[in-house]
Amino acid sequence: MSDFEKKVQEFKNKLDQVQDVKLVETIRAEIFGKNGFINQEFKKIGNLSADEKKNLASSVNKAKQDLQDLIRSKENKLLNKELNEKLEKEKIDVTLPEKEFKIGKIHPVSQVIDEISCIFSEIGFSVEEGPDVENDYNNFTALNTPENHPAKDMHDTFYLDKNMKTLLRTHTSPVQVRTMLKGKPPFKIIAPGRTYRSDSDQTHTPMFHQLEGLHIDKNVNMGHLKGCLNYFIKEFFEVKKIKMRFRPSHFPFTEPSAEVDIGYRIENNKIVIGEGDKWLEILGCGMVHPNVLKNCKVDTKIYQGFAFGIGIDRLAMLKYGINDLRSFFECDYRWLNHYGFDPLDVPTNYRGLSR
Amino acid sequence: MKFTKDWLDIHLKSKKKESQIIDKLNNIGLEVEKIEPIKNELSDFIVAKIIKANKHPNADRLKLCEVDIGKNKVVKVVCGAQNAKDGLLTIYAPPGSVIPKNGMKLEISKIRGETSYGMLCSESELKLSDESEGIIELNGNNNNKIGKSYFSNSNKNNVIELSITPNRPDCLGVRGIARDLAACDFGELKELKKLKINKKDKHNFKVKIDNDKNQACYSFGSCIIRNINNTESPGWLKNRILALGLRPISAVVDITNYVMFDLNRPLHAYDLDKIKNRIIVRNSKKGEVLKALDNNNYTLDDSMCVIADDHGPLGLGGIIGGIRSGTEIDTKNILIESAYFDPEITRKTAKKLDLNSDAKFRFERGIDPNSIESGLEAAADLITSICGGEVSKFDIQQNKKSKLLEINFDPSIVTKTIGIKFNLNQILKILNKLGFTLKKKGKIFSVKVPTWRPDIFGEIDLVEEVIRIIGLDNIKSIEPEKNRIKPTLNFYQKHFHLAQRSVASKGYFETVTWSFSDENLNDNFKEEIETIKIVNPISSELNVLRNSLYPNLLFYMEKNIKRGFDDQSLFEIGPVFIGKKPGEQITVVCGLKKQSNNVKTYEQIDVFEIKKDLVQTLIELGIDKNEFKIEDKTPSYYHPGISGSIYTKKYNLLLGYFGELHPKITEKTFGFEILLENIVEYKSRTSRVKESLIFSDYQKSDRDFAFVVDKKINAQNLTDIISSIDKSLIKDIKIFDVYEGENIPSGKKSIALKVTIQSDHKTLNENDLTDISKKIVNSVEEKVGAKLRS
Repeated sequence: MSDFEKKVQEFKNKLDQVQDVKLVETIRAEIFGKNGFINQEFKKIGNLSADEKKNLASSVNKAKQDLQDLIRSKENKLLNKELNEKLEKEKIDVTLPEKEFKIGKIHPVSQVIDEISCIFSEIGFSVEEGPDVENDYNNFTALNTPENHPAKDMHDTFYLDKNMKTLLRTHTSPVQVRTMLKGKPPFKIIAPGRTYRSDSDQTHTPMFHQLEGLHIDKNVNMGHLKGCLNYFIKEFFEVKKIKMRFRPSHFPFTEPSAEVDIGYRIENNKIVIGEGDKWLEILGCGMVHPNVLKNCKVDTKIYQGFAFGIGIDRLAMLKYGINDLRSFFECDYRWLNHYGFDPLDVPTNYRGLSR
Repeated sequence: MKFTKDWLDIHLKSKKKESQIIDKLNNIGLEVEKIEPIKNELSDFIVAKIIKANKHPNADRLKLCEVDIGKNKVVKVVCGAQNAKDGLLTIYAPPGSVIPKNGMKLEISKIRGETSYGMLCSESELKLSDESEGIIELNGNNNNKIGKSYFSNSNKNNVIELSITPNRPDCLGVRGIARDLAACDFGELKELKKLKINKKDKHNFKVKIDNDKNQACYSFGSCIIRNINNTESPGWLKNRILALGLRPISAVVDITNYVMFDLNRPLHAYDLDKIKNRIIVRNSKKGEVLKALDNNNYTLDDSMCVIADDHGPLGLGGIIGGIRSGTEIDTKNILIESAYFDPEITRKTAKKLDLNSDAKFRFERGIDPNSIESGLEAAADLITSICGGEVSKFDIQQNKKSKLLEINFDPSIVTKTIGIKFNLNQILKILNKLGFTLKKKGKIFSVKVPTWRPDIFGEIDLVEEVIRIIGLDNIKSIEPEKNRIKPTLNFYQKHFHLAQRSVASKGYFETVTWSFSDENLNDNFKEEIETIKIVNPISSELNVLRNSLYPNLLFYMEKNIKRGFDDQSLFEIGPVFIGKKPGEQITVVCGLKKQSNNVKTYEQIDVFEIKKDLVQTLIELGIDKNEFKIEDKTPSYYHPGISGSIYTKKYNLLLGYFGELHPKITEKTFGFEILLENIVEYKSRTSRVKESLIFSDYQKSDRDFAFVVDKKINAQNLTDIISSIDKSLIKDIKIFDVYEGENIPSGKKSIALKVTIQSDHKTLNENDLTDISKKIVNSVEEKVGAKLRS
């Protein structure tokens, strides 16, 4: 082994043992510095014969290459080690709680209104609205409720004047009147909204939400009414089959009138909708009374159709297992958080109503 | 309306079971509300055990007993019986029960200073025997019956309670229910028994209906029965009365009640000897007072119908009788009234007086005007058979004739309404059985409406009758078609929906609060709006329509703070009322934010936090931020120095307010309001087409400036000035510091901003940049008297 080779081997050993990046730098200077080993060796070349020149040059170049590679890999190795040690020190307890993300909530009533709109949108209903303050005509008279009739007892009305002409609407049905008076048939609308009755106890609140439905066209009959409500209830409760019963009833604005019950049973203290031998009244409906159509300037010789009214709050209670109607309006932070919906959870007909 | 199966059997010949009848009633629109075991007059009395019979502290002859009444309940009862002793099993009457012997209703009362909950009974009090000495002693066999009714119920029938819709007065009598059941082949309606009453006496008492304006009484039938022996009702009658939930009083009273519930024919019995001279049916006089059978005094106005004699009112027509002429157990001669009163006037009167009665319930719905005579007959027959007496001839005074209604009926309407063809004969049969008389008139029928059906006006009512009896189950359901002729939501509704979800996504919990509010709270927020009072509010705390969403939100936020939630963000989207006419309302989105006091200073929310939420929501609603114009004028409920409003530059539409709420209303609470209609208005007036996007690839440069300005100059003034200098070069302006204090003269502040300058056509050289910088400094100095800070 020549001196040169020995020297190279020495450097290699040195590099092998070194454990500090800074020392690698020193060794690099010893080898590649201005007066370093390699330059020293190259200087020797000038005094040699052509053949020797060639030989030495090639071996110095090879050694240069080898040492360079070695330094680089050593450097990498040491830097990596250093980094890993540093990172190891930075280790934290990832089971600590995440930072709070503040997303708000959508009220169950709003969510259910969106679900309902989504379902009826599929079968061609559009959404209409009307004012909360109504006149006596739209709320009662146009809807065929005679003055001083006991049917008015069903509505304990809030009045804004002593003559009882302006009132808070007791149902969403006046939207029917407004819709028909401002447009031309066919009509196919739903109208969700706030309604008011002077009633307050376990199961009644002075304000609640109703959904009105109206479909007027040529040849719309009670078969369509049944089909429509059956479709809605099934879609809303997201069940394949639903046990439903139509019972004749009386409302001044529909004739014939019916109330609809759905079957249910109680299982482990929870309500199961759609089956069972108990009945729950959930909505009122019927064929729009010819007097109402006449009041709304609709030609009863050509057009007929159905209407229905549903309690939105009650639907929400049934679908989402909320027990107390009054809690809807008490704004308890815990309640809003628990029963509220993620604002991104928008009911759509392609993704589905609920998560 | 209550009845029992065996009562129904009087009118309906049917083999159907009670359970089948209940199902059918539901199916034909007579909703069964409740089914309960029949009560008799002794149902309330239960077996009880005296645990301890203590001496009454204030009375030598009384005892204060601790009584076990079952279900782990022990009550104190004061008892005078000698035989009351520890461990005695006896019969206990709870408060509310009626003692058969004297008809007294028990109430919780103090006896010599000690409260007695109910009573321990003797045999005579329960009319089991005449034994009144001491309380009943039961043997040990009854030990396991403590808390249960002592008198087992021999009648296995249930009381069926129907919820009759207001259009069906005919079913407020058992016969009407039977008729409906017969119409759906549930048996046969029995003919009413032909009564043979010997009416040999003359009706020699003067009865007259005055010809007053709006006379409510159309006709007034009466008969006199003399020499009766009024008595307690026989068992069968008592049981009927009890089944109705009423209390048996005397044969005469019970019979009038029975006929009312049996035939839906209200009657009234007067003690003839107490009527002065004559009966006159007239309008009441203002100020007249009637002491009614419910023991209340009613002061009448001049619009009510009274039955009167020469002394004054005897009763309110169709509503309630008076005490003065009421029958008693020793009444000898009676006059029975069977009349027809106008539904509307009856209802108005009862409403004014806040008076309810079974008769009023029926008259306001409409009684069969042709039932006057049959009612008198039924009553006279029963009274004479139970109490004896001689019946006079009937006297029928008539003021107004009721009209018979005839309707043209095209049976094809039934098919048109329900979508299925129905057999004509079936339709005709149903109507016949319900009492309609049909006469063929070419293709259609002329239909006479029975007088007991005041709810039938037109063809469609007949359709309903037919469908109701056929059964709605027989209508075939038609699948809905899935096509849309109109968009589901209109432009406004889409924005409502978006605004709601946009605000919720910023950490706010959506609430739904009343549309009404407490006037006192609302006053803080109503500004110029006139208070909209509710005439009949549910409570004084909810007496006005809200003029802002803040009062309710703040009220409930306060409640949540009391529940221990210091950090809260709440919002509501809903109506705010600006007038009392329909439509005078706007839709507002209102957010409210409060933070607990113990957060670190640098985390404290400030007005810019609420402004951020508002601005971001407006952007999400599709309004370009460059279109905002901020003003510092806000309604008085905001902190005058820490609040602002946002307008659009174009059209100058007010989009909303933000800021700290006024400290006199609430502390450290921030809120914003968005006026949804204005957003929609702005958006519908601006094009949806975005400005074409031009971006420059030439180098951009930032230049920082710090201006010392008057304190009243706001940041927007500066940015407005700068941006208007050269829109093609000045691409962006960002405020990065506002400073007051050391080195700044008092009354002044320093605003530092970064201006981004870029040309669309070339790379700007140093000269260009210097140029534009100079322009910026000059304009700002010139327009607002600013000084560049060196």
